[in-house]
Amino acid sequence: MEISRRSLLGTAALGTAAATLPVTRARAQGKPVIKIGVLNDSSGPYRDTGGKTSFICTQQAVEEFKSHLNGYDVEVIYGDHQNKPDVGAGLARQWYDRDGVDMILDVPTSSVALAVAGVAKEKNKVHINIGAATADLTGKACAPCIVHWSYDTYMLAKSTGGATVKAGGDTWYFITADYVFGQQLQRDTSAFVTKTGGKVLGSSAYPFPATTDFSSFLLQAQASGAKVLGLANAGGDTVNSIKQAKEFGLTMDIAALLMFITDVNALGLETAQGLHLTESFYWDMNEGTRAFTNRVKPKTPDNWPNMIHAGCYASTLHFMKAINKIGPAAAKAAGSNIVDAMKSIPTEDDAFGKGRIREDGMAMFPSYLFQVKKPSESKGKWDYYKTIQTTPAEEAWRPLNEGGCYFIKS
Amino acid sequence: MLMVLGYNLGPLLAQSVLGLINGAFYALLSLGLAVIFGLLNIINFAHGALYMLGAVVAWVLLNHLGIGYWPTLFLAPVIVGAFGVLLEKVFISKLYKLDHLYGLLLTFGIALIVEGLARNEFGSSGMDYAVPASLRGATRLGFMIMPTYRAWVVVASFVVCIATWLVLEKTKVGATLRAATENAPLVQSFGVNVPRLITLTYGAGVALAALAGVMAAPVYSVNPSMGSNVIIIVFAVVVIGGMGSILGSILTGFGLGLLEGFTKFIYPEGSGVVVFVLMIIVLLIRPAGLFGKAT
Repeated sequence: MEISRRSLLGTAALGTAAATLPVTRARAQGKPVIKIGVLNDSSGPYRDTGGKTSFICTQQAVEEFKSHLNGYDVEVIYGDHQNKPDVGAGLARQWYDRDGVDMILDVPTSSVALAVAGVAKEKNKVHINIGAATADLTGKACAPCIVHWSYDTYMLAKSTGGATVKAGGDTWYFITADYVFGQQLQRDTSAFVTKTGGKVLGSSAYPFPATTDFSSFLLQAQASGAKVLGLANAGGDTVNSIKQAKEFGLTMDIAALLMFITDVNALGLETAQGLHLTESFYWDMNEGTRAFTNRVKPKTPDNWPNMIHAGCYASTLHFMKAINKIGPAAAKAAGSNIVDAMKSIPTEDDAFGKGRIREDGMAMFPSYLFQVKKPSESKGKWDYYKTIQTTPAEEAWRPLNEGGCYFIKS
Repeated sequence: MLMVLGYNLGPLLAQSVLGLINGAFYALLSLGLAVIFGLLNIINFAHGALYMLGAVVAWVLLNHLGIGYWPTLFLAPVIVGAFGVLLEKVFISKLYKLDHLYGLLLTFGIALIVEGLARNEFGSSGMDYAVPASLRGATRLGFMIMPTYRAWVVVASFVVCIATWLVLEKTKVGATLRAATENAPLVQSFGVNVPRLITLTYGAGVALAALAGVMAAPVYSVNPSMGSNVIIIVFAVVVIGGMGSILGSILTGFGLGLLEGFTKFIYPEGSGVVVFVLMIIVLLIRPAGLFGKAT
């Protein structure tokens, strides 16, 4: 009896320790150390879309670049923000002030991301955001020390929304998670729908979190007569919405406005087949993406990389290249020095190919509209996507002068 | 279309049916809670985690041992029920003499540990559990499409609720159980092993939660957080129905499902709070709940 209780406590204690202990050290005596803090949700709903796999991909970048480090070492630490803005901002402050962290990476959940971005801006330290969707990170909330990589609400809305209207889906009904992220996604998508000649017939905003049954909203969507159901939600909510739409024989086309390959894996191809969704990375796109995936797969066999994980890898590589250019002293002096250097050199890596960081901090890559394969088309594990359309980098993102970023002269 | 006084009743009817389906889960879950509270005086906060465990066990049985839905409907409650018996023996039985609060804190802690371990093992995206072949398909009702599986959930849950109520209220076992909670020494003097009876009752309440979990698996994804989403509403159901009232929790479960369904139709943003608004009103007017006895 005692033993079982003690071993339970032991497991819990280990879990906590693992969340805060530095795991990767590439350090020799005497050299300055650049510290990267991966901050995301390691225990809640976004654990699979980001979580430990983000940390593993960041470590992967450091390992691969180790022999190129120019007079400094790199250390990676990992923390859990529990999807709470106050926890995220508190940890960010501690990391920047006390623990000597030079860059905070990932930070999914838009509300937490905006809080952490505020801290980074105040201290002029680097924040590279991968996991959050809010387009404000390169708009109203932009800063010279912030980079946003992989996706945002504008890019998702344009790719999935725009393409669906062009394909004839011109009347829409939205089911929306009732908080900043869902509202922004619905707003941005509605703008594209109406701009391309479509119409929004209605929407249901449901309380987030704590909604698991979507059947009621699905029937209202069906009754509206719209051709397309836009899901402005994420993670388990999207998975449940799609599952229940099939169950109730919904005849509308479903546009999942934010969905990752990890969600498709959870749904299973039988249910997910035919869905349209947008990502900026897919493991099976070309030689580079496959090579990258093969390198990290052994470390995360059940959770293959999606665009967030790939973004952690690629942005860390680029971050280290920038420090190589300016030297560790200038890097330690101000975060904006590093980000200026990141903007001044082109990006190149296996996951995203060639690209650049725009003046407002947006990482410019093409976005891809995918369709989920039928079970009969899938040749093996995680073989899920067919590419339907590619939006070139210069068209995929919000035009520079429309974001409202304060240091961009229009 | 069903037209009454110029109104189209179709959508309203459809929402009522959907409400009843959700109500079926609320009723089944609050039933287990009410049994445990009514007979053991334990506020079982681990109920949601045990419901989740029922779904997870169903998924493991299917994917690792190839055991299908129908045997699982029996096996998962037995397995999770046995886990419940273990919990009661090792932890909960130590707390009967103390204030309710201790039981609440203990079971809340158990819920957090069970959920954390499940999330660590199975991830947070959820796992797919297919609807059994014999319950696939749907029926056109004119005003909506009724998936066969959901109809089965409503019927099965209703039957289980009524059966549980009958066992507790109309049989000798039920009478003994109720007597044991009123005056344990007296019942013990008749040769009844009261501690064992109580342990088994907790196990049975937990088995009911696990049964709800198995039934929920094909409707929602099997997800480690599925329990924490529903447990708060189920507590509200028990409070509104009257703590410990078996019939109260059954009727309130179905009733609140309906109420929530209508709210989702009229004002979706409010569907998350309507149950709690009602709970506050009931607590103000009838503190013992709609079907509870004032003490």
